[in-house]
Amino acid sequence: MDTFKPIIGLEVHVELATASKMFCGCPADHFGKEPNTQTCPVCLGLPGALPVPNKKAVEWTIMLGLALGCTVNEESKFDRKHYFYPDLPKGYQISQYDQPLCIDGKLGDIRIQRVHLEEDTGKLQHAVGVSLVDFNRSGVPLVEVVTEPDFRSIEEVDVYVKKLQQIIRYLGISGADMEKGTMRIEPSISLSTDGKIPNYRVELKNVNSFRFVRKALEYEIARQQREGHIQQTRGWSEDKNATVVQREKEEAHDYRYFPEPDIPPMRWSGRQISDIRSQIGELPDEKKERFMKKYGLSDYDATQLTETRQRAEFFEEVAKEGTPKAIANILINKKVTTKEELMKFLQNAPSISADELQETVERILKENPKAIEDYRNGKEQALMFLVGQALRQLKGKGDAQGISAIIRRLIV
Amino acid sequence: MKGGLTPDQVHKIARLANLILTSEEVEKFAPQLSAILEFVSKLQKIPTKDVIPTSQVNGLENVYREDEIDKSRMLTQEDALANAPATHNGFFKVKAVFGE
Ligand SMILES: [Zn+2]
Repeated sequence: MDTFKPIIGLEVHVELATASKMFCGCPADHFGKEPNTQTCPVCLGLPGALPVPNKKAVEWTIMLGLALGCTVNEESKFDRKHYFYPDLPKGYQISQYDQPLCIDGKLGDIRIQRVHLEEDTGKLQHAVGVSLVDFNRSGVPLVEVVTEPDFRSIEEVDVYVKKLQQIIRYLGISGADMEKGTMRIEPSISLSTDGKIPNYRVELKNVNSFRFVRKALEYEIARQQREGHIQQTRGWSEDKNATVVQREKEEAHDYRYFPEPDIPPMRWSGRQISDIRSQIGELPDEKKERFMKKYGLSDYDATQLTETRQRAEFFEEVAKEGTPKAIANILINKKVTTKEELMKFLQNAPSISADELQETVERILKENPKAIEDYRNGKEQALMFLVGQALRQLKGKGDAQGISAIIRRLIV
Repeated sequence: MKGGLTPDQVHKIARLANLILTSEEVEKFAPQLSAILEFVSKLQKIPTKDVIPTSQVNGLENVYREDEIDKSRMLTQEDALANAPATHNGFFKVKAVFGE
């Protein structure tokens, strides 16, 4: 039997967490709202309404592109993408075609082709014989991140999607929550026998959780080996536990893109772009590296603590309450999220005998005569240094205040 | 356009515009559409070698709005649905579509 290698590419859509929609002032947060209560002439596509782009949405898209190592197109514009579907009130979607905001990025080993900005569609609910449309979501800013077909395994897809989600959350531009639909993934998959990109691909829709992405891809790899290769769109069906052929939108591939005449082109100066770059802050991987260096943490601990920006910031805030390693252990193993909880754990930490404590402190003092001198000369940090040394020796068992009291007593 | 549009081409254009035409209409519109195409194709005779392509003639650039909610232009659910041919519990109701 031939050995097949999966060739996978991803389109990821992310709804931005702006206050207002992409081209009008309606609220962008549509989750759990009464249907059709957050619309206006612009997002309902009523004749004569003029779209005006949301500046923050454009800046956030550029910010994400930069975080993914993209080049920003200094000249960019919006285009109309035409098709008929009941969730698209204007008969076209305002999107970007040949001048996306960002191009040519990379995340890990995966090349990113483009990052562009568009508007979300309304939401459809299917019932027997009818479909129901809610336009609260119509016009919410939607970023699309498109990769090259660079994935060769499902694991690589998994790693990429989680990393992308983490970066988006670090930037604070979206909740990127698959269950809530603020992050949607559309994989394309084909099988190759010779490692080359095949001349067909199967697009997968309706994979709205990490689990479904994995299941749909696994199913497709087996199915395409069994049934052969045809270009088509398939959707994941949870009921059938299988992918099923989806009816193509009629003429779906004749979108007749043309430049959106109602929106003037965008031009971004190098200076504006570097301003946006400066707002990115430390990304997960850099933070992890720094935690390992600065706090002497293991790869595992640093990865755990930098999983979210909030957790990383909390760790840094409390790291000095003991040895960083001991604090890291408590945060990771006891799932501590507030300072109060942490202090409780520290107070209940396995205590050591007064003798052992005294002995350790004396040893530290003997090893650091310079620090003692510094402290006597009024350098308060020298005391902190000595406390830190003692805590390290005690592997987090002592408490900083107790140790500092002993040191003071011994060296004054 | 030599010989004008074929009925198939007219049907395709109609489909893209979400229109359904009868064969009489196709016969009627084919020469009309061909004439329009021919008229517009005169533009192709204009020398444009030294003209930079543009999608904009008013010279504007970078027109944005701040990210602020503006409820003053929002419609009530009732107004939003006012012109809908069919509604149901606050939704627009349409013929069933499958496979989103
Ligand atoms: Zn609106």
